[in-house]
Parts: sequence; C-alpha cells; structure tokens
Amino acid sequence: MRAHPTHVPRVIDRSLLRTWFQLSAACLLLIFMAGAGDTSARYKLLGHQLMCTCSCGQVLLECNHVGCTVSAQEEAELRNALNRGDNNQLILQGFVQKYGPTVLAAPPENGFNLVAWIAPGLVFLLAMFGTALLIRKWRLQPVAMPPEMAADPHTSTILAKVRKETEL
Amino acid sequence: MAAFGSFAILLGLVLCAYTFVVGTIALRQIAVHPQASFGPERLAESARRAGIGSFIALSAAAFALIYCAFTNDFSVSYILHHSNRALPWPYKFAALWSGQEGSLLLWAWLLATYGFVLRVRHKVDVKLTAYASTILAAVQVFFTLLIVFPAPPFALTQGAVPADGFGLNPLLQYPEMVIHPPMLYLGYVGFSVPFAFALGALMMRYPGEKWIHITRRWTMVTWLFLTCGIFLGMHWAYAVLGWGGYWGWDPVENASLMPWLTGTAFLHSVMMQEKRGMMKSWNVWLIFTTFMLSILGTLLTRSGLVSSVHAFAASSIGTWFWVFLLIVLSVCLFTYILQRDHLQSEHKLESLVSRESSFLFNNLVLLAACFTILWGTLFPIISEYVEGSKVTVGPPFYNRVAVPIGVFLLLLTGIGPILAWRSTSFKSVQRNFLWPCIAGVVTALVLMAAGMRPWQDVGTLYSLMTFSLAALVMTAVGSEFWRGARVIQRHTGKNMLFSLVQLTRRNTRRYGGHLVHIGVVIVFIGFAGSAFNQSNEQEMGFHDSMTIGPYRLVCQSYTQDSNANYDSEYELLNVYKNGKFLTQMAPERRFYHASQQTETMVANHSTLERDLYVVYEGRNQDTNQPIIKVIINPLVAWIWIGVAVMAFGTLLALVPNMSAEQAARPRKQQAEEEVALTAGAGD
Repeated sequence: MRAHPTHVPRVIDRSLLRTWFQLSAACLLLIFMAGAGDTSARYKLLGHQLMCTCSCGQVLLECNHVGCTVSAQEEAELRNALNRGDNNQLILQGFVQKYGPTVLAAPPENGFNLVAWIAPGLVFLLAMFGTALLIRKWRLQPVAMPPEMAADPHTSTILAKVRKETEL
Repeated sequence: MAAFGSFAILLGLVLCAYTFVVGTIALRQIAVHPQASFGPERLAESARRAGIGSFIALSAAAFALIYCAFTNDFSVSYILHHSNRALPWPYKFAALWSGQEGSLLLWAWLLATYGFVLRVRHKVDVKLTAYASTILAAVQVFFTLLIVFPAPPFALTQGAVPADGFGLNPLLQYPEMVIHPPMLYLGYVGFSVPFAFALGALMMRYPGEKWIHITRRWTMVTWLFLTCGIFLGMHWAYAVLGWGGYWGWDPVENASLMPWLTGTAFLHSVMMQEKRGMMKSWNVWLIFTTFMLSILGTLLTRSGLVSSVHAFAASSIGTWFWVFLLIVLSVCLFTYILQRDHLQSEHKLESLVSRESSFLFNNLVLLAACFTILWGTLFPIISEYVEGSKVTVGPPFYNRVAVPIGVFLLLLTGIGPILAWRSTSFKSVQRNFLWPCIAGVVTALVLMAAGMRPWQDVGTLYSLMTFSLAALVMTAVGSEFWRGARVIQRHTGKNMLFSLVQLTRRNTRRYGGHLVHIGVVIVFIGFAGSAFNQSNEQEMGFHDSMTIGPYRLVCQSYTQDSNANYDSEYELLNVYKNGKFLTQMAPERRFYHASQQTETMVANHSTLERDLYVVYEGRNQDTNQPIIKVIINPLVAWIWIGVAVMAFGTLLALVPNMSAEQAARPRKQQAEEEVALTAGAGD
C-alpha cells in the first residue's frame, strides 16, 4: 500500500527563472546578430528601407523603371557604404543628407514622426477599450425583451431540434 | 460630334438639376401637406422621369466621346492627348477613362446608370425611392458640373489640329485595363446608392428596416465591383508594372481600399440591425463614411494633394471636391442630429460571446485598418505642415502597422461565423473551436518542422501566423458546412455532396458569406507567400544561364521587332526545372511611338506553388547585352483564386433562398409538378 504524497506547494526559483530568461535573450540576440552581420542581408534590408528618388514612387530594390539611372546610382552608393563597413544608422543618415528625408521609405522613429507610428496602435487600443466598455454597458442595462411567442408544441419541438443539431 | 457631346452633357445637367430641385419641392410638399390635392406626386413623377432622361443624355455624351476616339477626331483636345491612329480598337474604349475629363464623364455616366435602375425600379417603395432619387440627383449635379466647368471632355484643340494624337499611356495598353477602371468606378459610384437610401430613410424617418433589405443587393453588388476592381488593379500592377509585386501602398491604391474596408464593415454590421434592430446610428454613419471616403479618395488623387504614380495632373478640381465633401458632411451631420431619436436600438447586447460582439470587433478592426491607411496616406501632408518637410510613408510603414491588423482580422473571420446570435454557450464554444484550434496549432508545428523559422524575421512570423490562422478558419468554416450538411443528410438520406448543395441553396446568404470568408483565407495564403520571395538579376547573352530556386534559365536568343504602335526588344529563355525542360519565356520591352515611352512586358510562368516572374530590364550600354531580372513569388496564384471564390460567394449570396420543402423534393418530381401545373393552366 502506497502512502499518498503530501501536497507541497511549488515555489518558483526566481534565480533559475532569471537565468533561463537571460539565456533565451542571449540566444535570440545571437540569432538576430548573426543575420545582421551578413552584408547581402543588410543590403536587402536597407534597400527596402530606401526609396528610389526618380519619382517612380518605388522602394529602391524594387524599382524597375526602365532606364532609371537614379536607382542604379543609389544601389551603388549603398553597396559602397556597406563595403566601407558603415553601420545601418550611418548609411541611412548619409542617404537622408544627400537626397532629403523622402528617401526613407518610412518615417524615422523620432521627433514628430514618432506620432506616425504611435497613432494607429493607440487608436486601435482606445477603440478596443471603448468597445469593451460599450459591451459592458449594454450587458448591464436591463433589456425590454419582446414577449415570448405563443408556445406552439410543434414549432417548439422543431426549434429545439434545430438548436440541438446545429448548436446555433 | 464635340458639339453634340457638349450639348448632351449640358442637357444631362439640366435634367438632373430638375430632378433634384423639383424632387425636393415635391417631397417637401408631401411631408408638409400630405393631403394636398395639387399633386406633389405628379411633380415627383416628373422629377423621376427627368432623372431617367439625364441617363439618356449622359449616355449620349459618353457615346460621343468614344465615337471621337474611334474616328480619330483630334480636334477634341482630350482625344488628342489620350489616343492615336495606331492604337488598337479595344484601347480606344480605355481612352474614356485614361484622363481626368474622360474619367469624370465615366463617373457621371455610371452614376446616371445607377440612378436609372433605381428610378425604373421605383415601385419597390415609391416614397423612399423618391428620396433616394433626389439625393442621388444632387450627387449627379455635382459630377455633371465638374464636366461642364473645370474638366470638360469635349474642349477643342487650340490652334492647328495635329495629324495624329499623342497616344494612350503605355501602362494602360493592357487587356485588364479595359475592365479594371470601370469595375473600380462601378464600386466607388455604387456606394452612392446605399448612401442615398440611408440618408433618405433617415430624412423621412423610415419605419422598420426595409430600407436595408432594399439596399442589401445594391451594397453587395457594389462591394463585389469594388473587390473585383481592386484585385484587377493588383493583377494589372503585377503583370504590367514589372516590379514583382501587386500592392505598393500607393495613395491611389489606398484610396480604393478605404471605402472597401468601411463597406465591408457596413455589410457585416447591417446584419445586426436587420436581425436584432441594433447599431442603427453606427450603420448610418458607416455608409455615410464609405461614400465620403470614395469622394475623399477621388479628391486625393485628383487634387495633387498626395504624390502618386497613378495621380492625375494637379488641377483646381480639388477645391470642388473639398466643397462637395464639406456639403455632404454637413448634410449628413444635420440630418443625423435632427433625426437621431429615430435610430434607437431595439435590443442590447446580451453576451460577450455572441455573433453581435464578434461583429462589433470585426467592425473595430476594419475601421482601425481604414484609419491606419488614411493616416499613412495623409501623414506626409501633416508632417509637411508641422515640420516643414515631407516624409515618405511607404511599404515598410504599412507592413509593420497594417499587417498585424490584417492577421487579427483573419482570426475574427474564423471566430465570428461559428458564434450564435444573442449568446453562445461555453459547451458550444468548446465544441466548435476545438478542431479549428487543433488544426491551427498542428499547421504551425508542421510548418516549423518543415523549416519555417518564425524567429528569424518578422515576415516569416506573420507568414506562419497566417498559415496557422488560415487552417483554423478553414476548419471552422468547413465544419459549419459539414454540420449543416450532416443534418440534411440524416433527413433526406442523400449523399454528402447533394446535402451540401441543398444546404447552400436553402440559405444562400449565410453559406455564400462563408464562401466569401474561404475566399478571403485563400487570398491571405497568397499574401503569406511573399515572405519567401527570391530574386536575381544578371546580364544574359547567348547561352548564358541563371539559376534561381529550382529553375535554370538559358538564353536562346534576343532580338527586336516593330509594328505601327511600338518597337520591341525581347529575349527567348528556355526554362528548366530540376534539369527537365519546363517552358520557354519571352520577357519584352516596348517603345511606344506616339507617347515616346518605354514599358516592360513581364513573362510569367504561374503555378499553384510559385510564379516564375521574368523582366527584361534593358540592355547594358557597355556590352549591349540584355539584363534579365528573375523573381520567384510563391503562392501568388492563390490570390487570384481566392478572389474568384470571393466573387462566387458574393454572387451566391445574391441568389434568393430555396424553401426547405422545395429543396428537399427531387428535381424530377419538381419538373413533373411544373409540367402538370402548366398542363392544368392550359385547360
């Protein structure tokens, strides 16, 4: 006969948890850093963060404007900057200085332009919150329900069957 | 013919102005003196007939412009700038919408056509139709004024008339361009009709929800046109522009997507009003917003407010649109404030886990997506105003902000349809969601086992989420069909296919809607493939080869050709897949004589798995050898299949339901009964 084990509450070992967390973060960082070090991956990444300035309105690496000399020049500049070993920030700054802020395919995440990034998420969250409040308000309000239909035994049976069969 | 066209437009203006003014007077008299014997009904009838007349007049004007294009009448400035003698005849039609003036004439004509159908079918509800007709006439007056004053399509060429025209923009010389703009315009313009009905119903304090039943088909047909228009545009961009993508988040593309999003929200939330008498104010504002977004989109592209590759030349026309938009907003606001007590909800939400709340969240997500796109489109203007310098809001912004919203919307597509109206029990939720959730999780695990690494980049993460949610939604919607068909199968003893068909025919609206959702899922699967695009670009002379993915391309020859419309250069490439010959492709570059513009003609080998997309980029000036760009776009074909399913589902939802008894009877028995009935009638 086996004795029932006494129930021991599980205590979370905080130091172990912290170690796991740090290890996971380091692994993730390694994965991302490994990708970032690759020049061709950086070329692709930065090439998609820049616009072709020939007014075709296309992302630099997607500009197929026939005879477009601007995109070819920009691509060459990007390759040179990468070969020089410039970091991403420096390369983007260089392009902004030369071609103006419209060369960036998305607003920079600083100053007033930060609003561009924040506003959609903020509006979405506020709308979610508002909807949740609205639903709560509706649920709490007493509802004047229409009187039940006269119970026709045949209809009731059919309805019950339909509900049972479809769960709707 | 130019004089005839101008006269037809003027006549159209007079007639729709008559419809608006006299219609308003008649409706006012009916409202103030309902018992009056001096015949406001006759006035209203004359206004209706004038509205029909405006359709005839504007049809004549549109015909006149096409006639001018076909007869190469370059004395008309518009034809001089948008056509030429060598232009193939199908593209002469396209000249009607390839410029500002012609496209506004098309808009006015389509509006008159919708108005014509509405006025002919006025017996559906004479009074409500009279209100809608009058409101529609006001919109018609605006668009006809545009083609009379700031953008007349029949303006004459100044000075000597050249022997040949400047030609049609080469980008528009593609078969899809003959149907894409009219489809899109049918969508934009079509929202005027539910808008007119909604505003009319609010003005007259229309009792009940019948106006929704009347406008349901209008809205769905309009939505279908807009959907097809948007996707045809995507296909055109993919097949013609040659950058390897189908959606570039250009302001004009965004302008078409915004009313589509609010229109989709309206189609969903209006069901709550129809079935439960809820969200009346919300629905009225949704359709108002949809109509105003159609106008705003037009304003953005025609005023030069935002820069776009699609935009028309900047002109003073923007001021007209601003004024019109303000008038529409004021009228909507004024009417709403005056009549808002008429829009009290009859029921309240009973449970958070219900179809109603899923519709609420669906609306929320659709509107959040719409706001994000509007915000991104307008931000360059806001930034310029605040900071003094413009910024670009391009694909990276939308991919980061709008894509998560899209993924969330996909989730709701699966959840919504399997929740019941009013309230869903926990047991039902458990039963209905178990298999879809298992399908979603299993799909994610299988894909990761197959090599997808969602932690490597955000694109792969979204892609994995999309595939997983697609499996969830497909299982959820599929189980809806399965459960319903099983019930019918038990009752009729027929096979599953027969039961599925009967199920769909008994409730076309519901199951048509489910099919639309399946179409949306398939489209999303196509979008998810873009995370795995590959591309390569190199010079390819005789017998040079390029390897990309499983393909090897070998140059067979490159040569030149010429005809009256254009000169062309192209390269013949043999394509091998895993060492076996697959096909021959011929990417091309054309130089159009009339417009002196160069365009690429993409060669695309499309399969369900991937597209092999080949672009002739031009020649290297040093070596004189062609430069070829090859892109592998996985799963793109699914997008076009998904759209076809969406269109089929919408058409199915438009078909009236078959009654249960009718559906249960065998077809042969039905036919026998019909024959017997016909024979009896003959006696």
